[in-house]
Formats: sequence, structure tokens, C-alpha cells
Amino acid sequence: MSTQEIPEENLPVEQGTAHGAVKVADDPFADPGLPPHKPRIQDIDERAAKRSERAVAFMFVLSMLATVAFIAAYVIFPVDKIVYIWPFGHVSALNFSLGWTLGLALFFIGAGAVHWARTLMSDVEMADERHPIQASPEVKAQVMADFAAGAEESALGRRKLIRNTMFGALALVPLSGIVLLRDMGPLPEDKLRKTLWARGKQLINMNTHEPLRPEDVAVGSLTFAMPEGLSEHDHGFQTEIAKAALMIVRIQPDDIKDKRELEWSHEGIVAFSKICTHVGCPISLYEQQTHHVLCPCHQSTFDLSDGARVIFGPAGHALPQLRIGVNDKGFLEALGDFEEPVGPAFWERG
Amino acid sequence: MSTATETKNKKAPAGERVADWADGRLGIYTLAKANMRKIFPDHWSFMLGEIALYSFIVIILTGVYLTLFFHPSMNEVEYHGSYVPLQGQLMSEAFNSTMHISFDVRGGLLIRQIHHWGALIFLAAMFVHMMRVFFTGAFRKPREINWLFGFLLFFLGMFTGFTGYSLPDDLLSGTGVRFMQGAILSVPIIGTYISMFLFGGEFPGGDFVARFYSAHILLLPGIMLGLVVAHLILVVVHKHTHYQGPGRTNNNVVGMPLMPVYMAKAGGFFFLVFGVIAIVAAVATINPIWAIGPYRPDYVGTGAQPDWYMGFAEGLIRVMPGWEINLWGHTLVLGVFIPLLLFPLVLGAIAVYPFIESWITGDKREHHIAQRPRNAPTRTAFGVAWITAYGIMLVGGGNDIFATHFNLSINSITWFVRIFFFAGPVIAFIITKRICLGLQRRDHDKVLHGRESGIIKRLPHGEFVEVHEPLSAGDRYKLTAHEQYEPAELPPAVDENGVERKISRTEKLRVKLNKSYYGDGSQIAKPTAEEYKEITEGHGHH
Repeated sequence: MSTQEIPEENLPVEQGTAHGAVKVADDPFADPGLPPHKPRIQDIDERAAKRSERAVAFMFVLSMLATVAFIAAYVIFPVDKIVYIWPFGHVSALNFSLGWTLGLALFFIGAGAVHWARTLMSDVEMADERHPIQASPEVKAQVMADFAAGAEESALGRRKLIRNTMFGALALVPLSGIVLLRDMGPLPEDKLRKTLWARGKQLINMNTHEPLRPEDVAVGSLTFAMPEGLSEHDHGFQTEIAKAALMIVRIQPDDIKDKRELEWSHEGIVAFSKICTHVGCPISLYEQQTHHVLCPCHQSTFDLSDGARVIFGPAGHALPQLRIGVNDKGFLEALGDFEEPVGPAFWERG
Repeated sequence: MSTATETKNKKAPAGERVADWADGRLGIYTLAKANMRKIFPDHWSFMLGEIALYSFIVIILTGVYLTLFFHPSMNEVEYHGSYVPLQGQLMSEAFNSTMHISFDVRGGLLIRQIHHWGALIFLAAMFVHMMRVFFTGAFRKPREINWLFGFLLFFLGMFTGFTGYSLPDDLLSGTGVRFMQGAILSVPIIGTYISMFLFGGEFPGGDFVARFYSAHILLLPGIMLGLVVAHLILVVVHKHTHYQGPGRTNNNVVGMPLMPVYMAKAGGFFFLVFGVIAIVAAVATINPIWAIGPYRPDYVGTGAQPDWYMGFAEGLIRVMPGWEINLWGHTLVLGVFIPLLLFPLVLGAIAVYPFIESWITGDKREHHIAQRPRNAPTRTAFGVAWITAYGIMLVGGGNDIFATHFNLSINSITWFVRIFFFAGPVIAFIITKRICLGLQRRDHDKVLHGRESGIIKRLPHGEFVEVHEPLSAGDRYKLTAHEQYEPAELPPAVDENGVERKISRTEKLRVKLNKSYYGDGSQIAKPTAEEYKEITEGHGHH
């Protein structure tokens, strides 16, 4: 990039080097220079200037009043008072009044200052010279000489042993910092492959917290379940439910197109992971007629009557199914854990 | 000793003595000499960066206030605050303390809303400011580094925003964090490790709020503050660009002095920005976590949307087909990993543009005159194409909202986005370039024939003509002062000695690109003095 040579004639002429002067008398496009200053009404008429002064002062006074009103509102309105204000609807009286008074107090300081600058401060345009950012050749030569002297005195180039060991030491020392990060979390191991589900665990209805019976699951309804023994008050509840969340629907067994799905179901009741295989949102929209479920985050759509395969959207694979049956007490139970990891795909998933 | 006797004779005013004291220690007079009457040019578009700066300050001020009450902890507690509908619910301490700020701390809700609105405005202002700099070519030498500082601020601002709105641990932001964690899992080989390390175990675990908190209030804003200071120092060192016009050259800066005009205008503008954000926060609710509820990994609301600046990433992840490759016992999650890569790549395209353009032009000179977008058609067209891609992805990110509000099929919106993410920028590029050239032609005609006055004159022989008013010398200069590059040419294949010249591939590419920038059909030649004289002196004007 730096080696290319650009012929001078391919670059446009340096524009307008002679500021303010007409370069060539008969050039119709010459720079006429800064236009003369046009006085404002305040520059000529002292009464107009006085009016501007009063306007600025008035705005500063309004700001002061707004601050007083802010403090008054803070003291007067209880924090939970709700009032109806058209067209905003029901609003918190305190939030509404504090916001407006603070906003106006600030706004009028700004408006006053800007009005002052625009009407009363000089608006004569002035020009500052620019100087090249690049240093002059003399300065550069001086710096290069200084640098060479410094480098020579340090003998960094000559004493290679010092240089190399110093680089080595500096390269190694940040490793301590990286090693210290090791305990930020555990290794993945097989954590993402396992959930709380296991053979014999009953399916607990998320709403009633009661074990589910097959007859509780009606055609066309969507039921959410968690494994027996998990409680919302448990310490690790959030992390466990993030993997174990289950959705249950009942489909006429004749309508189930996937053979394995039918085998793993109970009288047409099928249980799938609720966690989307895309990036892990909980799936929650169910279309009764088609048995499609839709993830409301990124619209991945799965066909629950066909092994929960993806029929639209960004998900990459079907929802894992949980094999279920009925125990001797007549409750739905899991016949094992999910056979594949639930949730988003990852490198080790395979 | 002589100064001592002088001060005994006549004591300087108190202000001056304080200034003397400070100067003796800080050298303030030398600083003031260079900067007190520093000239700043005036243009509305120079105000956009100020909005960004001031909203950043507003965010810092309100953010400090919020830390007084916020508890960055994921310990589960039962809610017993004054908001009745959530009484008795389990939630993290983070959510609980955000509820406390919103309902029990007087003015807490206002500060929270100013903070959040300020963040949206900060990012929007940075975006628009960046576009102003881009379209006027203000990123050219010597300002390329400052362009990168600005870009980094925008990029870091997005993550500061993301880590910030995730802190309340509400259902909406938790869904966003889950999305981020799912995206991290897609990274080949190390994805699961990064996720475990970031969250201190499996998602959501009990650590991420505290970790996001230190990133949000210390690490990211600390870096950003440093970048803002560096950005401003460079603005002062380079002196601001100005637009071409009479008396404005590449070697001067025309405007008004810092003291008093810009102290009042810019200082006042801080209050205007703060005031407007405060009023917006008073009347428009933002992120009502009480209506959204605390996070549960197995709950979700419909219409979940990130804050606007993350909508682009959201779009990428929504419209990408779900490609997964399973090989040798491993999964390559392209459907998520490609969007994760595209996110920085698409943004990075605009960040490196200044270096590409300077390579294409081969121009090593300093540029202090901001260009009119029409006079750089290819760049302008590229910028509009980039914005189009960005905008299409925003549509993709809100495909559910578009579907419900405009009664459209979500599938067709998704397909529209998939196609137009590629086609849209091409169409936008072509249209923009044509518009720019059209505007250049209009400038050309305006200079030669003057402004249409709207007066219709009937000539003695019955012909109607419209009277064109000639432009003032200043306006003529304004419309003709811009630079026009000659297209680059490859040197002849053989040199004067008949030896075959070796031309590198990159040089060939550079010349090709240069021709597409400045060759035929990419710019309209400026009117020449001869053309002008012929028309004005020749046969009148029409």
C-alpha cells in the first residue's frame, strides 16, 4: 500500500490555498472569501438586545422555578399515587411530576444559554489557521536521532541475551492472569447431556404441582411439566428447569406420523423438551389443529405429530422426546432421561 | 523578589491570583492560549456527536445513582415490596432491588427510565453521528484513527447496553441472555467452555448478574470513557472539519470561538439533551419489568425484542437457516455460528472502510473539508447499501412484530429478509449512485444557468422562457470547489525500454476499483470557466 506511487496529475489540485483572496481575476469559480458579517437586530438595536436579555433571564428564572417545583413534588406526592393525565393515561404522579420539573429545569438552562449565544454573543465568523498534523522534517530528524541515541545507550540491539530474556519474561507473565480465570466455571464434561429426568420420575404439572394422570391431558391442550422432586424453592431450580422443562400434548395415535414417537408415547400422549433447539428459548405456542409448536423468540416451528421435526425457522434439529409411560399408581412417569442433549446444539453434541 | 514587591504595590484580583496559582502548577495559561478562543465551525450535523457525548454523561450520572440501590445478586428472594401483583413471587435479588428502585425509592423510577432512554439515545446518536462522518468523508486523513475510536465506542456501547439491560434479571432480558448463551454454545470446540466459564456453570447459574454488573459499571464504561477522552482530544488536535464555502479552505477553520459562543451553545446543549431525556422518561415508560416479571428459563413472553441496537444481531439469528453439520461425533452449528460471525463482520465492514478508500484513491494528503455526499457517489452508495443491509436485518429482528402489526405471514417476511439482505444493498447501491449523479448534474446546471426563478417571460416573438437568476459568486464557489479525482490508469504493459512491466495483482485491483470510483459514469465533470463564460457571455440565459 505504501509503495504505490500516485502520479501527481491524478490528484486534484489542492483547493483554495489562498483564503479570502480572489485568485484569478477572471475565474468565475474563484473563492470570493468570507462573506461580510450581517448584523443581527440585536447588534443594531439596543431595545432588541434588551428584549433578548430579558428572554434569556426569563428562561433561567423558569428553570429555577422548575427546580423548586421538583422539590415540592418530591415532598408532596406519595410514591404510590397513580393519577389519570390525558393523553398519557394512568401514570405515577411522582414520576410524572419529577420528570417534567427536572426536564424543564434542565431544558430552560440550555434554552437560555443557547438563546444568549445566538442573539447576544458575537456571531462574527473567524478563521483559524490549520497546521499539518505531520511533524516537519527537522522535528522528525531530531526525534529519529534521539531515538537512535536512546536505543544505542540501552544497547538493546547489541545485548541480545537481555532482549530475548526480557521478551520471554514479558510474554510469560500474563499467563498468570489467564490461569487465574480457570475457576470462573467448571468444565463442561457431560453436564449438557443430562437432565433431572430419570426412569420412574413422575411428571408434575407446573400449574397444579400435582402428578399428571393420562386423563388430565386433553386433546388440543398444552401442558407443562417438571420432574418429581424438583421444587421452585430449590437452590438450583433455575438451572435444572432450564434443561428439564417439558411440554406434553395428546395427539390421536393415528395422527402420529413418526414411528419412534408413537412408541415413546402413551395413548397418544407425547412429551417433548420445552427448550428450543435453536438458542434455548422455552417454546410456548401450540397450534391445536396442526400440532405445530412455535418458539416465540425466533419463530422456529416444530411438528409434534412428526417427531417434532423442524418445519420452519432457524432451529437445526428436532426437539428431544422424553419416553413416558404410566406407573402402577396411574400417573405418567418418565422411562429414562432424554436420549440426546436438550436445548441449543454445541460442538460436542455429535 | 521583584514580583513580591509588585504584588505588594497592587494586588491582582482574586480570580487572577487563583489562576496564577493554578498556572504555576498546571500550566493553564499555555493551555488556554491555544484553546480558549479555539474556532469551531457551525453546522447542524456537527451536533449529532454532541448528543452522543451528552447522553453518555447523562448515563454515567444516572448510573451512579442506580448503583446506590441495585443489588447485583441472583439469590432467590420472595417479593414483599409495594407492587401488589408480584407479592410473594420468587425472584432474584437483582430483580427485587430493581422493583425497589421503581416503586419504593422516590424518583428511582425516573432515574431508571432516564438511564435506559439515555442508553437508547446514546447508541442512536452514535450511529447517526457515525453516518454523518461517513457520508461527508470526514474520516479521511488525518482522522482515520478517530473514526476507529468512534466505531469502538459504538461497538462497546452495544455490549454495555446489553449487559445493562440484562441486570434486572427480568423475563425479557433473561431471554436475551439465554439467546446469547445459546449463540456462544455454537462456537466450535470452545463454545461449551466459554459458556461454563462465563456463567460459572450451566445456564443461568447464580453468577452472571454479578459478572455482567462489573462489566457494565466498570470495565466497559471505563474503556469507553478513555476512548471518549481520546476522541475529543483528537477532535481538538485535528480541528473540526467544515463544509466548503466562501472563505473556507483546507488550511483554515471558519466559525466562532469556544469562549464564549461554544461554551454557551455546547454547554447549553448538554442541558437541552438532559432535559429532553428527562421529559421523555417522565411520559414514556421503558422496560416495565413489573409487567414482564422475573426471569424463569421455562417461561417466555411473545413479541420478545432486544433494545434497538441489538435488533441487527437478532435479525441475523432469526433469518439464518438452521444448518447443522454432524461429522465425526461433533456438531458444527452453522445456523447459529454464522450469524455470530456475521455480526462483527458486517459492522467491521464500515469500520475498515476509510482504509480501503484511502488505498483506492492513493491520496495521502490531509482533508479538512467535509464533502457533500453527492460528490462522492460510490462511497455514498456503499454507505446506503450498508445501512440497507442493517435495516433489512432490523426488519428480520422484528419479524414477529411486523407480522402482527401489518398482518403479514412471518414466513414470507423471513424469506423477504433472507433474499433482500443480499439483493437490497445492491439495489440501494445502484439507486443511490444514480441519485448522486443526478444531483451532481443539477449542481452543474445550476452553476451554468443559474437558479430557476419561477418567472415566465414572454418574448416579443411569442416564445415563453423561464428567467434563470445567476448565482452569487459565493454560491458558484460552493458548488464548484469540491475536488474531483482523475481515474487511475495502469502504466503501459511495457516500459520505455521494451521490458515487460510487472504489475502486482493488488495494484490491478486498486486501479479497477479506482476507475469504478472516478471513471466514466461515476462522476459528472465540474463546469469549466470556459463553459461558464460561453454561456453567460454568449446568448443570454435559458
